[in-house]
Amino acid sequence: MADETPKPQELLDRIAYQPPAKHWMDVPVNIRKGMYCYASNPKSVEYLSMPNARPWNPLEDDWQLPENWQQILHEGFKERLEKFRSIKVFMDICVRCGACADKCHFFIGTGDPKNMPVLRAELLRSVYRNDFTALGKVLGRLNGARPMTLDVLKEWWYYLFQCTECRRCSLFCPYGIDTAEITIFGRELLNLLGLNIDWVATPVANCYRTGNHLGIQPHAFKDMLDFFVDDIEEITGLRCEQTFNEKGADILFITPSGDVFADPGTYTCMGYMMLFHYLKEKYGLKVTWSTYASEGGNFGFFTSHETMKRLNAKMYLEARRLGVKWILGGECGHMWRVINQYMDTMNGPADFLETPVNPITGTVYQNAASTKMVHISEFTADLIRHGKLELDPSRNDNKIITFHDSCNPARGMGMFEEPRYVIKSVANHFYEMPANTIREQTFCCGSGAGLNAGENMELRMAGGLPRANAVKYVHETFGVNMLACVCAIDRAALPASMEYWVPEVDVTGVTELVANALILPGEQERTMDLRSEPLPGMEEADE
Amino acid sequence: MNQFYLSSLLAVFVLALIAWLGALGLPWLFGIVLPYLAVLIFIVGVVRRIVGWSRSPVPFAIPTTAGQQKTMPWIQQAKIDNPSTTIGVVARMALEILTFRSLFRNTRMKMNGEEGRISYHLEVFLWLFALAFHYAFLTTLVRHLRFFLEPVPWCIQMLGTLDGFMKIEILYNPIQVGLPGVYLSGIVLLAAVIFLFLRRLFVANVRYISLASDYFPLFLIMGIAFTGILMRYFIKADVAAIKELTMGLVTFSPSVPAGISPLFYIHLFFVCVLLAYFPYSKLMHMGGIFLSPTRNMRTNTREARHVNPWNYPVKVHTYEAYEDEFREKMVEAGLPVEKMPAPAEAAATEEEEKE
Repeated sequence: MADETPKPQELLDRIAYQPPAKHWMDVPVNIRKGMYCYASNPKSVEYLSMPNARPWNPLEDDWQLPENWQQILHEGFKERLEKFRSIKVFMDICVRCGACADKCHFFIGTGDPKNMPVLRAELLRSVYRNDFTALGKVLGRLNGARPMTLDVLKEWWYYLFQCTECRRCSLFCPYGIDTAEITIFGRELLNLLGLNIDWVATPVANCYRTGNHLGIQPHAFKDMLDFFVDDIEEITGLRCEQTFNEKGADILFITPSGDVFADPGTYTCMGYMMLFHYLKEKYGLKVTWSTYASEGGNFGFFTSHETMKRLNAKMYLEARRLGVKWILGGECGHMWRVINQYMDTMNGPADFLETPVNPITGTVYQNAASTKMVHISEFTADLIRHGKLELDPSRNDNKIITFHDSCNPARGMGMFEEPRYVIKSVANHFYEMPANTIREQTFCCGSGAGLNAGENMELRMAGGLPRANAVKYVHETFGVNMLACVCAIDRAALPASMEYWVPEVDVTGVTELVANALILPGEQERTMDLRSEPLPGMEEADE
Repeated sequence: MNQFYLSSLLAVFVLALIAWLGALGLPWLFGIVLPYLAVLIFIVGVVRRIVGWSRSPVPFAIPTTAGQQKTMPWIQQAKIDNPSTTIGVVARMALEILTFRSLFRNTRMKMNGEEGRISYHLEVFLWLFALAFHYAFLTTLVRHLRFFLEPVPWCIQMLGTLDGFMKIEILYNPIQVGLPGVYLSGIVLLAAVIFLFLRRLFVANVRYISLASDYFPLFLIMGIAFTGILMRYFIKADVAAIKELTMGLVTFSPSVPAGISPLFYIHLFFVCVLLAYFPYSKLMHMGGIFLSPTRNMRTNTREARHVNPWNYPVKVHTYEAYEDEFREKMVEAGLPVEKMPAPAEAAATEEEEKE
């Protein structure tokens, strides 16, 4: 964590929910260190052939914009009003009731009024009124209209990259106005001028080229999973070899590459491998990984609809090439928003795949009949329900668990019971966080939508406050020491947030818990969990 | 920010003054021409706005899921909050429109103490007053149909009776003796509008986001309710003459009877301004809520394909191009490839168009 990041108490003391005396249009944007992500690397922008690739620095006055940037924005705005009813309606109907104001984790954590969802949207609406409405043109500022200037553009950039597209505000809006939609649209406009952040632009370029955000090349991808095979062998005595790019496998498995790369996601990745090994040994199920479609996540989603489609295309292309029956998706948040609400529309119809059927239980996933992709929690819950997994939940007894609903599987899908059922089946100690902070009302980790960088740590910790606060409550009340989630960004972001706000709590994927409890056929007596820490009751054996 | 509500308040006073003067000098303009014009602007404006919205397609299915999805049969689906069927969507929309379901979820966040324990509290007042405001407005509106229909249908009379059920109690109140029954809707309307205004004024964050276009309709509606109440209970208007005017308007044989008080013209002019302003303002949320894609779409997005009418082919990085770049490394790592490498193959990367 960067040294300049304020201490938790300092950060709390800074929060003031009292807005400034001046009107918000008169408060100039102050791009502050710790609150923004570095500018996109021109090479990454260029790799995708996106506009205005050049080095630039948000702190400098000159952002190296094309001469007619205002015209580009105006025309981009107009084009999208004609293409997206959502934007057109959301620009017109907000009554500024303020119900969304204190629902945003960034507002709660910073107190900055421009982080109230309504005002974030007003940043764009003010320009919309000026450019596209008669009353705005006539009445100007009295009607909340203002022309697009460089300062306004900078304000857009700063605050559109302080939104994680979590949709919590949209839940409370009486008209369903969705700030995620507005941020997606706003970022798409910014990308017309080459104003992306590097934490998004470079993963996108990597993913386009190598198949995953981290730029892992095929041989290295296989190497990394081979390391895990060795690690698992130490723990279980079994070699859980995986297959890659295998034609004729039953199922193609796609998960975020973050799980291959960094703890604690790696343990979840080991969990997948053990589960697939178990299913192969017991039931002959053939699951294959792909190095070409080796990314579940889609940072294109945080860039533009077109970029999202370009990256997402690989899933169906690879499933078709390999001739699998259907696709299984790993634990990831925004990946599932894309799969659940965009993939089929963008890159379907996937008529070369079959309606997903779990061959072991016979369960037909009618809810995925068209998209043909099933979530690992839907899959595992079904296996457990039918008694197809041999489990020893007591191996997780030293973990007192709570579950963090990730924004996108919550409000872009509605997957609440499946992961809870899985956790309760593989572990004995589970406690919910307070009702206003879970399920559809869940809080973002604070680092979603591509904001999981190192340089904006203050922003991330501020945004992570409401989630961490609820974890702290169950930690103090029930002794919770493990925060489970089904999202790779969570697994990357929440450990930092926990270390900062609730240092005694660790983060785990759900499938890691499954694999801890899963009794593999022929395994040695286990003394360690996947983290090579002693199992409950084995603390001495470890000595 | 004072400029926003002061200018709105001033605008409403100016409108009242205009109507007052107009009533004296140009009653046919304010009694006949402007009402016709206002209704015309309202109808044409609303239709144009809704048609305008409808012209833009809905490229993606983006419902906000507010409950458990449809999945395996042993998991109970939230059929209204996460509606996978049209019936579910209709129920969800009905709850939104008739009971303001989403607003009912509203909470108030509170930061407690130095260590910053955050809590969330039920906050029903915005929901309650918003609901009261809209239903009172609707009742008042429907009640006014008695001015436009002859004979007055029984259901309108019934509504008036129900709305005025406080008649007896108030009649015994010495101050109110001789007054007609008090319509609950009018009082609730005025009270709710005043609440919504005070909320804008005194809740710091709401004041911060409020524009003149938020205050103006509140003042205008306040003015309408206030003049209406004045005419009914305090400065009695000639109801028979007014009905002659309104019946003339609806039967397209307009005339301006004598003896209508200027107060009525102010009331009427406020209504005309509201009608004409409506299509160009945030008041269009009335139509917009029906078209909100986060609420009015089915959530069966993996079960049935949603079609984007402007879906266009994009450049993708094909597997062939990928293998061409990494073939040797793949072979070396034992990964299967489509084409075995020819000796000294040029790594030509190719990109293809893909639907």
